[in-house]
Amino acid sequence: MKAWLAHHLRAFKGTWLRFGRAPFATLFNIVVIGIALALPVALYTFIYNVQSWAQHLPADPQITLFLTRDASRTDVADIERRLKQRADVKKAVYVSRDQALEELKRSTGLTDVLQGLEQNPLPDAFVVEAKDATAAALEPLRGELAQWPKVERAQLDSVWAKRLEAVLRTARIGVFALATLLAFALVAVTFNTIRLQILTQRADIEVAQLFGATDAFIRRPFLYDGAFLGALGGLAGCGLVAATLVLLNRELAPLSDLYGVLVGVRPVAWPDLLAVLALATLLGWLGAWLSVGRHLASGVTR
Amino acid sequence: MISLNQVVKRYPGGYEALKQVSLEIAAGEMVCVTGPSGAGKSTLLKLLAAVEKPTSGSVIVSGQNVARLRPRAIPYFRRVFGLIFQDQKLLFDRSVFDNVALPLQIQGYEPREAAKRVRAALDKVGLLARDKAYPIALSGGEQQRLCIARAIVHRPAILIADEPTGNLDAEYAAELGTLFRSFHRVGVTVIVATHDEQLAARLQPRHVRLAGGVVTEAAS
Repeated sequence: MKAWLAHHLRAFKGTWLRFGRAPFATLFNIVVIGIALALPVALYTFIYNVQSWAQHLPADPQITLFLTRDASRTDVADIERRLKQRADVKKAVYVSRDQALEELKRSTGLTDVLQGLEQNPLPDAFVVEAKDATAAALEPLRGELAQWPKVERAQLDSVWAKRLEAVLRTARIGVFALATLLAFALVAVTFNTIRLQILTQRADIEVAQLFGATDAFIRRPFLYDGAFLGALGGLAGCGLVAATLVLLNRELAPLSDLYGVLVGVRPVAWPDLLAVLALATLLGWLGAWLSVGRHLASGVTR
Repeated sequence: MISLNQVVKRYPGGYEALKQVSLEIAAGEMVCVTGPSGAGKSTLLKLLAAVEKPTSGSVIVSGQNVARLRPRAIPYFRRVFGLIFQDQKLLFDRSVFDNVALPLQIQGYEPREAAKRVRAALDKVGLLARDKAYPIALSGGEQQRLCIARAIVHRPAILIADEPTGNLDAEYAAELGTLFRSFHRVGVTVIVATHDEQLAARLQPRHVRLAGGVVTEAAS
């Protein structure tokens, strides 16, 4: 146990010594890995943001009935009664044009602009929730409601939200594919780095083998190197994305002031970042393992 | 302890370094393998320590057939030996101390115990004062003694030296002979390959003469 610890401690120290001896080469390796990782992380951050923004949208599909501008109070009452009578309508909420204007002022902060209007440009509307929320049931209902008198237009609100979700799903698959490709790149980078490392330490390896070193003993320091390269590359990648977000948010800040709403890109959650780091470490380790394995298999002293 | 039976070693390309060599070496013996260059001395030593495998025949060391060792068993098998190489194989990016400590690190010695043994080995070859130096700063004779310290630090049962006096002057060679005899006295099996007749005479060993890949004389 003590010997095992000593082995690992020595390998750990050795890795830092080797990194310190070739700081530039190490730095460049880390940057390469960092950039390779930054790409999928950045895309993922983008998707994460769009997704969390989309989550604030009403998930249940609704049909909005916009009434014609000349609809009178009796027309409104009439439509409300007819909606409530229907068995396939779960809920119908009346939103008057004044209410809608207030809502618009509140949510967009465009008070000044809206106050400049001579009259309210918005129509009266009903927000209708159907009992059966499937697209197959909603579309005929929408069509039917659109035919009613004094109804200007009937709009299925959530369709585009659904489309967005589908797009996001596709994008996520894209990120996954890209991440897989770049994972291979990471393994390849560490593989080659460690291969060079092995070549410069050929004599050490040979002597160690002649004095009875096991493959595990030979492999250990290189595995540490690979894992550290991966981990530091992962940190660099996350750092790159974080720096980009800071810059982006600084650019977006004036926009937030202008529109009175908070516009900004949020970084991904901690567990996701930790997962990226863990994965980078693992891939670095794997690259090193393959590299040393290949060298050992072709060894002369076997 | 060591037994070679009709050993043939043919290198890729067809060169036969050893042709039908049979040899017995008892535990605690001191053996000197002599012969001209290309006689197969180095090959013989490499076969013993499982650095090379025989093409045919058997090499048995402490009851284990070297040719049949599983790859996983080879590292543990090699720990029985202390090896001194013709080309020294010192690591020039490590201090004298770290060079000697390597075999102990490999075998998983506890650091404090290892340090004690390293100092003992360095003391034995008279290099204790230079433990922080790097091999490049040592003279030829000191480098050779460093190799010996590294070979004996883990107290091997068999010490194998290939041309240990290769590039040393006579005075250092005499020193070396004394060292080898002291290991022999404490029961270590010492096998030295050399073409240095003076060293061979000084060791008073059992002689094995190789020429052209065959044993021509195995007098004691």
